[in-house]
Amino acid sequence: MRKKVIFKGIALPWLLLLPQLLITGVFFFWPAGQAIYGSFLREDAFGLSRQFVGLENFTEVLADPNYLAAGWTTVVFSTSVAFLALGAALYLAVQADKAIRGANAYKTMLIWPYAVAPAIAAVLWLFMFHPQIGLFGRMLNGLGVPWDYKLNGDQALLLVILASAWKQVSYNFIFFMAGLQSIPKSVLEAAAIDGARPMRRFWTIIFPLLAPTSFFLLVVNIVYAFFDTFGVIHALTGGGPGQATTTLIYKVYVDGVQNLNFGSSAAQSVILMFIVILLTAVQFRFIERKVHY
Amino acid sequence: MSATMDLEADRLARATIRRNARNRWIAYVTLSLGVLIFAFPIWLTLVGSSHDASTIGRGDVPLWFGPHAISNYVSAWLTGGEATRTTRSVPAWVMLWNSLNMAVLIAVGKIAISLLSAFAVVFFSFPGRMIAFWLIFITLMLPVEVRIIPTFEVMVNLGLINTMTGLVVPLIASATATLLFRQFFLTIPDEYVEAAKIDGAGPLRFFKDVVLPLSVTNIAALFVILFIYGWNQYLWPLLIVSDRDLETVVVGMTKMIGNGDAQNEWNIIMATAVLAMLPPVAVVVFMQRWFVKGLTETEK
Repeated sequence: MRKKVIFKGIALPWLLLLPQLLITGVFFFWPAGQAIYGSFLREDAFGLSRQFVGLENFTEVLADPNYLAAGWTTVVFSTSVAFLALGAALYLAVQADKAIRGANAYKTMLIWPYAVAPAIAAVLWLFMFHPQIGLFGRMLNGLGVPWDYKLNGDQALLLVILASAWKQVSYNFIFFMAGLQSIPKSVLEAAAIDGARPMRRFWTIIFPLLAPTSFFLLVVNIVYAFFDTFGVIHALTGGGPGQATTTLIYKVYVDGVQNLNFGSSAAQSVILMFIVILLTAVQFRFIERKVHY
Repeated sequence: MSATMDLEADRLARATIRRNARNRWIAYVTLSLGVLIFAFPIWLTLVGSSHDASTIGRGDVPLWFGPHAISNYVSAWLTGGEATRTTRSVPAWVMLWNSLNMAVLIAVGKIAISLLSAFAVVFFSFPGRMIAFWLIFITLMLPVEVRIIPTFEVMVNLGLINTMTGLVVPLIASATATLLFRQFFLTIPDEYVEAAKIDGAGPLRFFKDVVLPLSVTNIAALFVILFIYGWNQYLWPLLIVSDRDLETVVVGMTKMIGNGDAQNEWNIIMATAVLAMLPPVAVVVFMQRWFVKGLTETEK
């Protein structure tokens, strides 16, 4: 799609594009290229020379049980966060869409957590579930449940999932509210007059009509769980105990920034790029389809 | 009409009213529960920030405010609590100031360069136009997280480590904002351009006098979203800033926690957490309309 009436000129439009292109060139494409280039190289023990090793970095990363474990953690973590955050948001949105008094106040009270940074969300959950100082952490221990997310990997994973999903519900809620408002009330009233009960109305009318929104949100939530939850994990568990909460993104950070493993972290970066490209492609294919309908 | 039919209709109507009442009741209960789940962690943090460190450290988590709120907030604001062996404390006002600078500069920068690039792509036809558009678009697929090390190397080579420029400039490229403005510019009628041309106005004049005023709503909505995005940055400041005078509040407060020892000055940490949340939450609550518009329109 383009305009019929336009201005003439070649230098001016390029000049207008220059700031954006300069920044993307220097800080996006150059480093991305370096990551791809570096993924075929290996640094010697002293970091003095780099030599070409072909696909060895990739085969090594993909054969590393730690990397595969991080991959599995990422899958469990992302799907749990996405489904928890989507389910809770959909349920709340359906309730808030009813004609009740104070609906707007409820909406505001459910929307604001969007503004809380993932790392801060982690800190809030730490205050609640810290085994010594947290209200619920102490309560659990008092009830005889040995709760300590700093020692128990499953508990640590559960906690980062809850904190991450908690932060994402408001985002999904906003989109579900927008989706619900676009469903014609007359359709729902007609179904109600025909005697369809609320549950039936939800599954036969509301849910199918919300499918596009839900699918869009599913992709967004997976992307969120992949990338934006770095802060949650870093602030709450530091990837531990052991490797229990180390996701693929967290592992790139640890291997690159802390262990300074040049070749391996470059190969991991390239693998992650593939995943992002895949997710973006899915997302845009879907948006295109929606436009045609 | 027979009396029995009347009775039947009456019975049905009453059943519907009963069901609606129950329905509303369910809505109130679930929504209140939802609000509670979201508000409770904040409540606990607010309450915690009004007690002294030993009360919290002992694990006697109170549910109502204590007497130390003012002293906690004053010392968080002015000194950031006691320095530990591993970390020097940074006053909250310094971190908040840095976060404010970063958030505003990122939001303004993103909007400015996206407006310019979208204008170039929509209102001109020039060789390489589609290439430029795709180059910007592809950055969607290259988040910082997947290119941590090489980006860090670039920053070192350019001497941008520990600078506000380094914190802001690499984050202001924006495919989403460019796409949003492009979408909006395409809806500006061709007649406006024609009229401007007839009046002898050049492209820059047209941009300033027609395009910018028309974009005000979009700019405001986007600013709200981008301010929050900037304020909540985590990985990037963590990588780029080691000089604690440039610490941002989100990263700085998680550094205060360290390993999460019970001996931490939790009262000061909680006060700092409240201060770190306040600006973006206030923006969402007071600019809710802009915020919802910005969110649903940029991302869809």
